[in-house]
Amino acid sequence: MATVDHAAHPPVAHQSSRVDARTLGMFLFIASEIMLFGSFFTVYFFVRVAAGTAWPTPPYQLPVFVAGMNTIILVTSSFTMHWALQSIKRGNRAGLKGGLVLTFLLGLAFLLTQILEYSRIGFTPHTNAFGSVFFGLTGLHGAHVFVGLTLLAAATIRAFRGHYSAESHHGVEIPGIYWHFVDVMWIVVYTTVYIL
Amino acid sequence: MPNPLRSEGEAFRFLLGAVVYFAAIAIAGVINEWAGLVVFVLLTIAVAVWWWQARAREPRHVEMVAVPHGPDDERRILVVANETVGGTQLLERITELASDANSRVLVVSPALNSPLRHLASDEDAARDAAQDRLDRSLAALATNGVTARGQVGDGDPLQAIEDALRTFGADEIVISTHPEGRSNWLERGVVENARERFAVPIHHVVVDLDREPSS
Repeated sequence: MATVDHAAHPPVAHQSSRVDARTLGMFLFIASEIMLFGSFFTVYFFVRVAAGTAWPTPPYQLPVFVAGMNTIILVTSSFTMHWALQSIKRGNRAGLKGGLVLTFLLGLAFLLTQILEYSRIGFTPHTNAFGSVFFGLTGLHGAHVFVGLTLLAAATIRAFRGHYSAESHHGVEIPGIYWHFVDVMWIVVYTTVYIL
Repeated sequence: MPNPLRSEGEAFRFLLGAVVYFAAIAIAGVINEWAGLVVFVLLTIAVAVWWWQARAREPRHVEMVAVPHGPDDERRILVVANETVGGTQLLERITELASDANSRVLVVSPALNSPLRHLASDEDAARDAAQDRLDRSLAALATNGVTARGQVGDGDPLQAIEDALRTFGADEIVISTHPEGRSNWLERGVVENARERFAVPIHHVVVDLDREPSS
């Protein structure tokens, strides 16, 4: 008859095989970011829709055209980011460096334009609820752009120091994912805050 | 839910989709508020339908899992059963399979849980219930002269099998389910999927608890 069994084989892997760790990490990251931006958009909804605050509150005007140009700059930076990664996947180091530098410069242009816009806009976060929500949402996004630029700077420096190859380019891929996410969030912010 | 940000390429395509989606809403919204709302609703429905169909078209990912085998003179039997773990048909089948003196039996009882409780990591009650069924099953096996080891496994039976195989080199697997029509596992194709995924013979035992003699 059968006997009591005890483990004769060590575990093959020392992690749960249910979800890939990197996928889980990205899921958690997206979830936390959605919650963060969601809380700011909830405030926006209550101020603009529930409380019926005029948007923008007269006599202030939002610089829709400048922000539109900024949107084009940011979306273009996603194309250069994609170009950078596609280049290194094909072993093209010049394309990687060019793409990363262009992406960084476009991101920097976006951030500097936003700072310039803040200085000329004519109201502050203290002015009223509209001002608080505007600076809250665009400022939160600006902080994300700053973090993205930091990641891009690190990736660019590493690229110029000879890092990354067609086989190993994780250090470009992760900042790329983050950068596209930041761009998507800006499109949401621009559409809701400036256009609608 | 598929994660659209798994790779830079997917994230880039997601961005392009977002540009088109919000541009259409913004243009319609500028023309007329109600047109913006209509475009928003229609596009959202279209995206939801497209996403749903894309998921359905996605080929099911089946990964063949290498099964470690025990020593040649041993016969290792892995039994996976939940509510049917104490069923007479299953006990008889295990007793029959484990008649060899060198047989080793591992009974795994998946901790079935509701999706909501699973998401909330509230698994204590499910694990307690599975442990309770497992204890009764092991006692019943002992009564039949079969000494077996038992463990509570993942709520997903395939995952429970895979986890068990990491420490138990099975030569065959016994999966016990309710009859067709009452079995959630059969509806989900657990037995077929296990046959595709694990390279060992798989026995399917149907236990009809309604026809079990009341104890």
